[in-house]
Amino acid sequence: METETQKYQIDVGNLMAYDPYHSFSSLPQDREQLVKECLQKGTELVQAIADVLFNLPSTEDRDGPIVQLPPPTTRLPREKHLPKPKPPTKWELFAKQKGIKNHKKDKIVFDEQTGTWKRRHGYDRVDDDKDVPIIEAKMTDEPGEDPFAKRQVEKKERVEKQEKNRLQNLKKAAKVGALPSHIQLAATALPITGTQSAPKKVSKDELENVAGMAATATASGGKFDKKLPGEKSAKHPGKYRKFLPVAEGSGMGSQEQQQTQKVLNKLFAKHSHEILDVDKAVTMFNVKKEKKKKDWQGKGKSSSMSDKLKPKKKSNFKAPNKGSSKKGASKKGSSKKVKTK
Amino acid sequence: MLTVKTPKTKKAKRALDKRAPKLVENLKKTLLLHGTKTSNVLNAVLTEIYHLKKGSAIKYSRKNESVRPFESGGETSLEFFSLKTDCSLFVFGSHSKKRPNNLVIGRTYDHHIYDLVEVGVENFKTMESFSYDKKLAPLVGTKPFFAFMGEGFENVEELKHLKEVLLDLFRGEVVENLNIAGLDRVYVCTAVSSNRVFFTHCALRLKRSGIVVPRMELVEVGPSMDFVVRRHRLPNDSLKKEAMKTTTGKPKKKEKNVSRDVIQGKIGKIYIPDQQVGGMALSNDAKGLKRERREAKLKNGVNEHKSKKQKADTE
Repeated sequence: METETQKYQIDVGNLMAYDPYHSFSSLPQDREQLVKECLQKGTELVQAIADVLFNLPSTEDRDGPIVQLPPPTTRLPREKHLPKPKPPTKWELFAKQKGIKNHKKDKIVFDEQTGTWKRRHGYDRVDDDKDVPIIEAKMTDEPGEDPFAKRQVEKKERVEKQEKNRLQNLKKAAKVGALPSHIQLAATALPITGTQSAPKKVSKDELENVAGMAATATASGGKFDKKLPGEKSAKHPGKYRKFLPVAEGSGMGSQEQQQTQKVLNKLFAKHSHEILDVDKAVTMFNVKKEKKKKDWQGKGKSSSMSDKLKPKKKSNFKAPNKGSSKKGASKKGSSKKVKTK
Repeated sequence: MLTVKTPKTKKAKRALDKRAPKLVENLKKTLLLHGTKTSNVLNAVLTEIYHLKKGSAIKYSRKNESVRPFESGGETSLEFFSLKTDCSLFVFGSHSKKRPNNLVIGRTYDHHIYDLVEVGVENFKTMESFSYDKKLAPLVGTKPFFAFMGEGFENVEELKHLKEVLLDLFRGEVVENLNIAGLDRVYVCTAVSSNRVFFTHCALRLKRSGIVVPRMELVEVGPSMDFVVRRHRLPNDSLKKEAMKTTTGKPKKKEKNVSRDVIQGKIGKIYIPDQQVGGMALSNDAKGLKRERREAKLKNGVNEHKSKKQKADTE
């Protein structure tokens, strides 16, 4: 066996044996011959591994003898990098510097207000905002301030601050590559200056629109600007509105004329009154009439309302009451216009 | 601005934790895929490798246009697949005039290509073409033996590389405790010439020999094929150094409920749940019984009572 193990390189951890000295004396031409020879040699090698394996100390199990394999000697690369240690958080650094040590606190605390044992944190906890009926006034209290609201605001601030700290620590960990496996840091859009919160998520289309607008917001319409690498040209190059040529001519030139002619023909036609939807006109007239009535009834109240709704310029020139009446009159005029149509 | 994204469910968290880098790594998974064109032989090779590696392999059945492992830019989607499926070994089949029946076996480190070996498949024989006693057929997921022979595996760089990759591909789980009775397969690889390797898969038969070590007998069960080495790419040294890093120490398991005292020595804590006296099981509402049967039992009891009374009446 000694000679065998020297002859072969055996890695029991991987159950592998290698014979570096094997060479065919004469390469067999026949495939079957080759296979046979290989299997024969393979059996020898496997036997060599088995010699070592079956002589390892084993424990008897229901399913068979179990041996403890030595670790593999053939070095194979890892699949992923070694887990990196998490960098200490800012608080941990501070605590270490100051010599602050964590001491265990009980999970439940006696609540004097209700006289029961309650959780320290979480749902139905001790000293919950909901359970505080009275807050005693202090000398430092500002008059006119709601202490309950203040408490809530303070709590919210503390939560926000903690969230900010957490993000900072995570960023630091991400830099080292030691982010916990289940956490991802995702970039969101920058908040627009002047607004309070960041917009949730900007779609690709929206971004393209904005980029296009920005790119064309020069006197030359962005024509002479340098393009960034990978930047595409704006989706809407040039004009949006199109006008038909006014000068007379054939083809395109006559189109404008045709269009206007079409409208005029409709108006001057024999049955032009059929264009008017009589039912609609009548209902419109009725509605206006009723509104007018209402205006007259609730003169005082409605006038102030209408005043608010109206642009300021007009109210400067005319009295509010008259303004409302004027409004009605103008409406009348418009309804009349419908009639004339 | 950064936002913290965390999984919404425990299941998702567990799934992510499974994929995280670990001190003692999971079993390497294999991704099997092919390019725009494959041959019958290659399809068979890929499916048979899939069968050999069942349980730790994923097979893609669609064409992959953009996968060209050796070309720059051609590895992008491969790396993406590796990330998506959490596979760190891949076998990519492609067939072209220049390189017929081409198989690229590669490994990834941190979901980036680590090394590549390209081999051509020749003289392929499928599993079905072998006839043997089916009782000998190796079970799924058993730990295989490896027998490498030929000086080529030491002298020729390509073959040396191929040996390592084949070992990584087929070795299965790295285990500490091994049931010897469960050993039933051998991979035999022979370096026939400086660029040709004969590869075959055999079943193992343990025969009595009179001593502790049984006599081994190999029965070829297939697949068997010749690998003709074409191109290969070794990892660069810094990457290799990084990937070969290991730790000697095992991760320590946290000791719970045990404390030590100067006077009392080692103290263990045991938690016993409160005894629920109020909800103690009574013979009548045994949970094992079905509801109908339980009700029937109750009814019968009442009936018996009645009948007894009646009897008394008649008497």
